[in-house]
Amino acid sequence: MKPLHRKLLRELMRLKGQMLAVAAVVACGISVFVSMSSVKHSLEVSRQRYYNRYRFADVFVQVKRAPEFYRETVSRIPGVASVSTRITADVILDVPGLDEPATARLVSIPEYRTPVLNDLFLKKGRYIEPGKPEEVIASKPFLEANHLVPGDRISAVINGRKRSLLIVGMGLSPEYIYEVQPGSFFPDKRRFGVFWMGRRSLESALDMSGAFNDLSLTLAHGASEKDVIMRLDNLFKRYGSLGAYGRSEHLSDRFIVDEIKQVGIQITFLPVVFLAVAVFLLNIVLRRIVATQRDQIAVLKAIGYSNEDVGLHYLGFAMIPTAFGAVVGTLLGAWLGRGLMNIYAEFYNFAELVYYFRFEDVALSVLLSFAAAIFGALGAVRKAVLLPPAEAMRPDSPALYKPGLFDRESLRKKIPVSLRIIVRNLERRPWKAALSVLMISLSVAILIAGRYTYDSLDRMVQVEFTQKHREDVTVIFNNPMPPSVRFNIASLDGVIEHEYYREEPVKMSFGHRVRRQSIKGMESAEGLQRLIDKANRQLTLPQDGILLTSTLAELLGVRPGDKLQVDFLQGRQRHTQLLVSGTIDEILGLSAYMNLGALNRLAGDGGALNAAYLRLDQAKAGKLYTKFKDMPGVSGIMMLKAMKQSFDELIAQSMNTSTVILTSFACILAFAVVYNGARISLSERARELTSLRVLGMTKGEISFILLGEQALLTLAAVPLGFLIGIGLSALLAHALSSELYRLPLVFSAFNFLFAFLVIVLVSVVSAILVRRRLTGLDLVEVLKTRE
Amino acid sequence: MPDNPLDRGQHVEVLRITDLSKFYMMGEVRVDALKHISLEFHAGELAVLLGASGSGKSTLLNIIGGLDVPSSGKLFFHGREITAATEAELTAYRRRSIGFVFQFYNLISSLSALENVQLVTEIADNPMKADEALRLVGLGNRLNHFPAQLSGGEQQRVAIARAVAKRPELLLCDEPTGALDFQTGKLVLDVIEKVNRELGTTTLVITHNASIAGMADRVVRLRSGELSEDRQNLTRMSPSELVW
Repeated sequence: MKPLHRKLLRELMRLKGQMLAVAAVVACGISVFVSMSSVKHSLEVSRQRYYNRYRFADVFVQVKRAPEFYRETVSRIPGVASVSTRITADVILDVPGLDEPATARLVSIPEYRTPVLNDLFLKKGRYIEPGKPEEVIASKPFLEANHLVPGDRISAVINGRKRSLLIVGMGLSPEYIYEVQPGSFFPDKRRFGVFWMGRRSLESALDMSGAFNDLSLTLAHGASEKDVIMRLDNLFKRYGSLGAYGRSEHLSDRFIVDEIKQVGIQITFLPVVFLAVAVFLLNIVLRRIVATQRDQIAVLKAIGYSNEDVGLHYLGFAMIPTAFGAVVGTLLGAWLGRGLMNIYAEFYNFAELVYYFRFEDVALSVLLSFAAAIFGALGAVRKAVLLPPAEAMRPDSPALYKPGLFDRESLRKKIPVSLRIIVRNLERRPWKAALSVLMISLSVAILIAGRYTYDSLDRMVQVEFTQKHREDVTVIFNNPMPPSVRFNIASLDGVIEHEYYREEPVKMSFGHRVRRQSIKGMESAEGLQRLIDKANRQLTLPQDGILLTSTLAELLGVRPGDKLQVDFLQGRQRHTQLLVSGTIDEILGLSAYMNLGALNRLAGDGGALNAAYLRLDQAKAGKLYTKFKDMPGVSGIMMLKAMKQSFDELIAQSMNTSTVILTSFACILAFAVVYNGARISLSERARELTSLRVLGMTKGEISFILLGEQALLTLAAVPLGFLIGIGLSALLAHALSSELYRLPLVFSAFNFLFAFLVIVLVSVVSAILVRRRLTGLDLVEVLKTRE
Repeated sequence: MPDNPLDRGQHVEVLRITDLSKFYMMGEVRVDALKHISLEFHAGELAVLLGASGSGKSTLLNIIGGLDVPSSGKLFFHGREITAATEAELTAYRRRSIGFVFQFYNLISSLSALENVQLVTEIADNPMKADEALRLVGLGNRLNHFPAQLSGGEQQRVAIARAVAKRPELLLCDEPTGALDFQTGKLVLDVIEKVNRELGTTTLVITHNASIAGMADRVVRLRSGELSEDRQNLTRMSPSELVW
């Protein structure tokens, strides 16, 4: 090994604390980049493969009931590649071991296995046998959550008749990668499952022979989805279609596409922050190295080393820790990525969720980190290269201090010398001080942003599960019920409060903008369901007119006071104009709310109800649940508590993981910045501080001068960090928001307190480490050596 | 006793300095370090540059060594104008022709004695072996010691070994005994004298210590950046005979 290389390695070892801090920051940035890039790629590839292999459809349409021959008609539409028809129905299940009723979506499959669209991936067991109408294949999450296996039986109420079903297989489908009950946002694996059943047996059970109620198709290459949807809508309007839609409106696909998009945002934002801090750290560390090695640089040049030799040597001080950080970051990133994929596997039901670790991601990350290293080292290396050898032999001329802000006669007397030294030092290099403050504040900001999602989800849970919904269960009717259903429900023993709503599918248009949407007609907004926006404010339900979710209003381009064109898609299919009376900034989904009476008048059919919110007497709930299990008019039950629980388990768990990762990374970042700042200060001021000791100052007093400066910088960074953190969170909230949900921008006091405490802790630890070095300084040695 | 300088090819001119001046800024203060200096040095010569602190002798040495450039005037090495050299030519000049010894040794503290010398043998065209150079200065048994494990005199001898290992034509020593006690200082001067005698290296020793002048063939004195004296010693004293 060449002597210069040896010098480099030995000196890196001597500075290992600082170098490790730099490497750790690089490692954090790289690991986020590598893990997120590979997760994004893995999700994309897994999704695409799943869709291709199991023929996920491009366009979907649901109807009340249409004759089977329309399959032929649809397949002749230009641009349509293949068509499948099915029968689907939501039914109530009696799951062994579960008090409450569960809901199943029955989906028909051919009696003999043939390739169809949205095909089944058989994970376990076997396919159904023809002529055995009780056989079903059930979805994997549902079976696993209920500890059921092929061979078990389960009973269901199909079309008013209770039937015993035999589970013969466990399956998955690309349609239900995100498996949620219709009308719900969060998966409840125990209480909702998809059941695939023979077409014939479902036809006979639902009196649907020769007919279908669900059609999906794939498009030929280059076909226009819009044109096909328009033709489908014309064809099926009279069969009760609520409008055909493409993949982009398919709930399951929407969730996955959103997820992939969000992962993409994290790829860009976090590594940028970490690499920026790495650039800063390398800059200050290298500048200090070059400053302390002025005479060595001179010697190397005097001996005959060229400027390139010297420059490359000092660049090595940046490249080696960066390379080390990149290697560790890549390994950590691969490990994190795999772990994240396991979390995704809990959440999304892929037939095969493979983790793809890509060389390109590593190459790009290494390139990025080296670019950061070079960028960070540039100033110091330039200084080393340009340093004229003779000048390097002379000691640095004394730093220029001038009377500053705190040197006015009146103030001077009040401020002790040690504090004056601190202030002058900061004043002398305001840019350096400002940059240090900025870097520390970035770690505060990441702490804030990391815990922000936590607070935001907390608010989401609070609003959605406590403030907005106060019912115990939602009972969904399989057909619209007349108002008299109230009496039936009220007569049930154990129902304390009941409230009803109507959901009316419509086409809304404003100018050239059109959306399919359902209007929810509510009896009241003060009872079991309330209108709560994401800031946790309660809104009132307008008597006339319509209240839209802000996002929906934006999509339609309407403002309160505008007139919206509305076409009802069911019943008499009336056309009407509705006044937009206001908007509500809700957390979940897109909604349009109206007063039930007003909606009934407009839709014009006496008043049909789709579902009931019930508050139950918990002592009698068990008996009620048993009753629901046998009720022919009920197609589904949603339990608020169960949804909250599954939300806590699934989403909160994955959020907790990312919060823990972010928090630890922010701690590393904070430590790296604070510790390096203090070490560099120590190195710059060792002589001066030791001289003060020789003059009679105590160890405590010189520690105060050195650490006081760091403390001042840290304290200044806290409020700035809070501000940047809030900004960063707002940016995140904006970037992560979609039509599906919008993160409320809320911060708990604990979030700020936590960030503050972490920074204080990190500062104290680095202060202890630096103080040990400071008090260990040999008075004579330090004064003897030339600066 | 050293032989007669006239027999050692002293007439071959190695270095010529004509009307050299240098000023630089120290903070906000202009320092005139050198004023109109003209000098020649000849092959094999051992010259001592005397002067008080601030007389400009270090500046002169730095310019001769290609570490610094003059504000005006010219410097020729074997007839080639160094003052007109490019950065790369200056580097090559230092690498091939010049050996430096500094007052504070300026060893790389993270490298051992041997490695400090290898720093030079690594890049020189026709170097001695690094251990050979250290043996020449009497440190054959301290090869793997780090600077912190060596005494001041030993460190200075490592610096001399480092300077001569490349077989330079010109050895420039800046206050080589400035940081050393009397006995150790004499030991270091002994080594410098030995290198000059045995290798025939033209040697310039800068010092403020007039007693050292006795070991030189020639004594040049600077005062406030100006040449105040330039004389030949008829005989060179052995460093062991010096007293200060």
